[in-house]
Amino acid sequence: MDNSHFFVTGDPMIYGADVSIILVSLAIIIYLTYFKKWGWLWREWITTVDHKKIGIMYLLSSLLMLFRGGVDAVLMRIQLAVPNSHFLASEHYNEIFTTHGTIMILFMAMPFMFALFNMVVPLQIGARDVAYPFLNAVSFWLFFLGAMLLNISFVIGGSPNAGWLSYAPLSENDFSPGPGQNFWIWGIQISGIGSLMTGINFVVTILKMRTPTMRLRDMPLFSWSVLASSIAILGVFPIFTATLAMLTIDRLLGGHFFTMTGGGNPMMWVNLIWMWGHPEVYIVVLPAFGVFSEIVATFSKKRIFGYASMVFSMIAISIVSYYTWVHHFFTMGAGANVNIVFAICTMIIAIPTGVKVFNWLFTMYRGRIRITQPMLWFMAFVPCFLVGGATGVMLAAAPADYQYHNSYFLIAHFHQVLIGGVVFGYLAGMYYWFPKIFGIKLNERLGKWAFWTWQIGFYVCFMPQYALGFMGMTRRMYTYNSTMGWDMGWAPLNMISTVGAFLMGIGFIFQVWQILYSIKHGERDVTGDAWDGRTLEWSIPSPPPVYNFAILPVVKGRDAWWYQKQEMQKGSYQKEAVKYEPIHMPNNSGIPFLMAVCFFIAGFGFTFEWWWMGIAGLIGVFITLFARSFQYNTDHFISVEEIERTENALRNHGSIHRTAN
Amino acid sequence: MNKWIQTAKLSLLAFLGTALLSGCDRSKFIVLDPRGPVGKQEYNLIILSVILCAIIIIPVIGIFTYIVLKYRDKPNNKAPYQPEWDDNKFLEIIWWGIPIIIVAILGVFTAKTTMNLTKPPVKDVDPIVVQVTSLDWKWMFTYPDKKIATVNYAEIPAGVPVQFILTSDAPMNSFWVPQLGGQEYTMPGMSMGLWLQADKVGEYFGSGANFTGKGFAHMQFRVKAVKQEEFNKWAKQVQKDSPVLTKAGYKKLSKPSLEKELSFSSYPIGLFEDIVNKNGGIYYDHMNHMGDHTTMSDMNMKK
Ligand code: HEM
Ligand SMILES: [Cu+2]
Repeated sequence: MDNSHFFVTGDPMIYGADVSIILVSLAIIIYLTYFKKWGWLWREWITTVDHKKIGIMYLLSSLLMLFRGGVDAVLMRIQLAVPNSHFLASEHYNEIFTTHGTIMILFMAMPFMFALFNMVVPLQIGARDVAYPFLNAVSFWLFFLGAMLLNISFVIGGSPNAGWLSYAPLSENDFSPGPGQNFWIWGIQISGIGSLMTGINFVVTILKMRTPTMRLRDMPLFSWSVLASSIAILGVFPIFTATLAMLTIDRLLGGHFFTMTGGGNPMMWVNLIWMWGHPEVYIVVLPAFGVFSEIVATFSKKRIFGYASMVFSMIAISIVSYYTWVHHFFTMGAGANVNIVFAICTMIIAIPTGVKVFNWLFTMYRGRIRITQPMLWFMAFVPCFLVGGATGVMLAAAPADYQYHNSYFLIAHFHQVLIGGVVFGYLAGMYYWFPKIFGIKLNERLGKWAFWTWQIGFYVCFMPQYALGFMGMTRRMYTYNSTMGWDMGWAPLNMISTVGAFLMGIGFIFQVWQILYSIKHGERDVTGDAWDGRTLEWSIPSPPPVYNFAILPVVKGRDAWWYQKQEMQKGSYQKEAVKYEPIHMPNNSGIPFLMAVCFFIAGFGFTFEWWWMGIAGLIGVFITLFARSFQYNTDHFISVEEIERTENALRNHGSIHRTAN
Repeated sequence: MNKWIQTAKLSLLAFLGTALLSGCDRSKFIVLDPRGPVGKQEYNLIILSVILCAIIIIPVIGIFTYIVLKYRDKPNNKAPYQPEWDDNKFLEIIWWGIPIIIVAILGVFTAKTTMNLTKPPVKDVDPIVVQVTSLDWKWMFTYPDKKIATVNYAEIPAGVPVQFILTSDAPMNSFWVPQLGGQEYTMPGMSMGLWLQADKVGEYFGSGANFTGKGFAHMQFRVKAVKQEEFNKWAKQVQKDSPVLTKAGYKKLSKPSLEKELSFSSYPIGLFEDIVNKNGGIYYDHMNHMGDHTTMSDMNMKK
């Protein structure tokens, strides 16, 4: 391979990025050194196995990646705002849409989702940590270093440019030589392993770590959605890993899985990648449904309507989503019968999805609706997702899809469900649980500004794209009107769409501002129960102590905290005497981080086909595994005195009288 | 703050208005303006699916608005409040039932249309075959009956079913002429069939729809439907006036480049079959990959 262009050169934007990367890194290093924070960083964050801290790190990284992906998006929209634009060259544009898609799904949506898993699930089910805290840290660091590996391709070696799902044979050596495509493979391969482990972790956590009195049928719906999503992860991430491994073999070892000429078959790539890819979109949306179920019940002051049906529909979605992958390539000519079966399976998915919407509506019906920030996002989600689901059903009608496929209609569909469903859902979740994790309420005024710019920006950006699809505009074009005198009239709508993208960008800036402002000046939540919540996470202080629950809570049914509050208000309520016991907690460990660094080194080496480096990295991975298996000092007990001290301090702080059970 | 929201809402409306105005010209919405039986069937399915979806989402958005307005948490709100009411079998049956019915209806029509599109749109006219090869970054059309080849444009007789046989000598692309009908992939080593037909004389926009790298955005082509006599005349003209596409010429053509519209009076015998085979077609029985089960040997016989 030609490695003569190790550093990407020749583009002023990239030099700009080089300079800013160096400046930011220097600033961070100087800050940490000057304030003597290295030790703190290592002890409190890098080695942590606390699910809350890991959740915070996921949240931070995903917001960072949302920024990077958002900049990509804005660059693309600038390029398309006018016809025959020379803002970006073809190859640069191709790199940008490839990294945009990859980053938004794998390094924004997934970690944002894992942030919510980590910040909420153990608190909601009355657990003191996840089932495998060490593995949890490994997952995070694999994700983080995988994401960094893909991101450095921007300045070192060159970015991938074959699309976020890198269809073979375009992604094979013949058409995509050089390290870019390898960066894509290794970046998502490494973080994908982390995702699989998180899936395992949360299935076990939810099944085994609930407080003993919580039956599955009393479990909050967010935790149910995490279970459904994690089970889907277990089903499909192995496919993802294997598929990427096959492409690696093709590219690095001269294999022929996906090249026709060696007897392989690129159609197999398309099938395999969507066997993962379709369930993946449901993996990310299910937890958003879960978030909304919590929010709508809390802010309607009412029990969730049709709990059983809600659970059933989530499980149904996660199962049926295994059987719809072909709808992403109806036009590959698998034959009429195959298309019909998959078209109908796809439409079937819309049924449980629709049922959930009805159940949310009837949760609000005869309730008392408080329009808070999380609720605003829910109210924006309902119409947006209905339309997105409807265009999904339109796409599912296979012969009609022949006309939408690969067009801007498709682009509009999936942004509507991914932004309207996933992003709105996770943001709602962030607004909802922020006071729990940080003890700070996010500023309302800035939040409203962010909300409205996002909303208006969204519709202005994506509604025109449906129309552009009907006008025959295909996705992934870096320019239009430039050949053969075809003027299809795409220019005005493209301009409008670009304006919308800028508005969403402004919305994001408002949110960053809102978070920073609130951390400094925001209203502190001292009650632990910022929203008059219903589920267990609101029964403990905000932010919760390391061990979450001093005493494992006793659950008598659904919405345990809500009913306990009602009892507490009765005059007859007797507070039980609490008797603490020592709490068993895992020790911090630097091994997860070191292991991920070794993975990074391996990935980087294989990306440039520097075998010595790749193999050295893998050996490093084995050494860390080995070291771990000889670590005997992996846990400790928190003494009763310490619990008492912590609890008293927290309690004197809080105003509402909280019981430990 | 509220005034700002008002302004924002107004500007949103203004934007949507502009969008609609710029879209008033229906002819620009080529997908919704089909000019052949295949495109028309797909159009009908699109309209049906829009209506079926509207039946669900319009009432739901209505109910949603009503509920949000009625059950606000205000001290003087007299609407009923039933915090424990969380189950109603009858309602649940309704909202499982209605979507099921809608999906069933749409499913039946989807199945029907899917089957229809595998057959030639009209039975009583003899179809013609046009072979399509997507290259980096241009389209080559070969006419096995006329033995002529074109690049980046194709002429077809109006009113005659055309079986496009698709392959690729480059990464996978997708052949799309919206006004005639939906797209299908062109894949190296495969040959696939796509029935299309133009009812009327006219020029139709075509493009590659599946990303293939650097020059992808320039892969537009023109499909010109003309009367049968004119089509024959055009073919004769090309046979007479245009240069020959030699093996070497094809080799050069298939290298990554952009091209203008080109015509060739002849091409190497078996060019299309060779392209399919050299890209791995030898490993496959083409039976399954031809839309209507035309086999490679059928195609050869036709010539
Ligand atoms: C109501 C249920 C839904 C249905 C019936 C549906 C249907 C479809 C169909 C048929 C396609 C393929 C279209 C084509 O390639 O021509 C598609 C694409 C897509 N959908 Fe959906 N969808 C639904 C919901 C969702 C949700 C909830 C998400 C994500 C949260 C999602 C994300 C996507 C993405 C990312 C793509 C395209 C990816 C790509 O080609 O790069 N969809 N959908
Ligand atoms: Cu899908």
